[in-house]
Amino acid sequence: MNQLNNFTKGFIRENPILVLVLGTCPTLATTSSSLNGMGMGIATTFVLVGSNVVISLLSGVIPDKVRIPAFIVIIASFVTVVDLVMQAYVPELYEKLGIFIPLIVVNCIVLGRAEAYASKNSVLSSLIDGIGMGLGFTMALGILGAFREILGSGAIFGYKFIDGDGILIFILAPGAFIALGYLIALINRIKRT
Amino acid sequence: MEYILIIISAVLINNVVLAQFLGICPFLGVSNKVSTALGMAGAVVFVITLSTLVTYLIQIYVLDKLGIAFMQTITFILVIAALVQMVEIILKKISQPLYQALGIYLPLITTNCAVLGVAILVIKKNYNLLEAVVFGAATAVGFGLALIILAGIREQLELVEIPGGMKGVPLSLVIAGILALAFMGFAGIVK
Repeated sequence: MNQLNNFTKGFIRENPILVLVLGTCPTLATTSSSLNGMGMGIATTFVLVGSNVVISLLSGVIPDKVRIPAFIVIIASFVTVVDLVMQAYVPELYEKLGIFIPLIVVNCIVLGRAEAYASKNSVLSSLIDGIGMGLGFTMALGILGAFREILGSGAIFGYKFIDGDGILIFILAPGAFIALGYLIALINRIKRT
Repeated sequence: MEYILIIISAVLINNVVLAQFLGICPFLGVSNKVSTALGMAGAVVFVITLSTLVTYLIQIYVLDKLGIAFMQTITFILVIAALVQMVEIILKKISQPLYQALGIYLPLITTNCAVLGVAILVIKKNYNLLEAVVFGAATAVGFGLALIILAGIREQLELVEIPGGMKGVPLSLVIAGILALAFMGFAGIVK
């Protein structure tokens, strides 16, 4: 029961993007379509799960004073793995996400979970926390991506259902800010009632 | 001429925050007041210029020489973190007023993805050393510009009645969106 709770908290209650507002850079940059957003989400989930497990395993070994640099090295190693794997197997997606794959290192969600959760909890809890948070992040990116794709190009997951162009601005940079702003406002409104 | 083009492009056309989505966290976090925004902007210009120079030299003389370019991410983030710490310590020793102005913003900069982002972009774009440093400084100035404009607008909005759900982050995001729209107009400058 407790673990289930631990797993689901990332989806709504502590959703990293919509409630905690962490990791906004990749959120805005990679959600021009739903698939791109979810690709980014899955890459981040892998890093998050890997770093959470390793950090929780090593939490007794790493001296407290150097824990942040140590965490960063562990996270950067996983990012390098993801970077090379994606370059080899999904070159198209890798091309689209571009610089934001190496930038997972500085995604506040990953370091935030390492510091706030994985370094203080058991390996199993950290694993579940990583999966839950990662999927919550992926879900938020997917929703925002779908939102922008429908409004911006009249398509969903690449399938066009409206002829002609959509509201182009939603695929471009300004649309990202505006769409995320209203999405967070909506969540705030729901939470209050 | 080439350098002027790099500067205009980095500051206005491809603004690091409003067009490339780097450094959004501090952009939203420290934009309540113009004075704090100015401090943060100063610190970012200083650190990005320096870190671009250092990471560029490391890429050319260490990573490329040894054929370990895949270690880029790990090396850069550690170098940046160490650099920020060093700058903080040196500033504290050398210039107390400057440290007081920028000091509290320096630790926050390590997690500013614009710093790592610029370091990686410079390598991707195959700039030479001078171009790299000019690009780094100009990008940082662009960040400062966007930050100070947003802070100015948010200060004006303090007395306005805002619907409950829009308070704070959502409103800043929508303002940033409108700012980004305005900045898109600069795309016509360079053809």
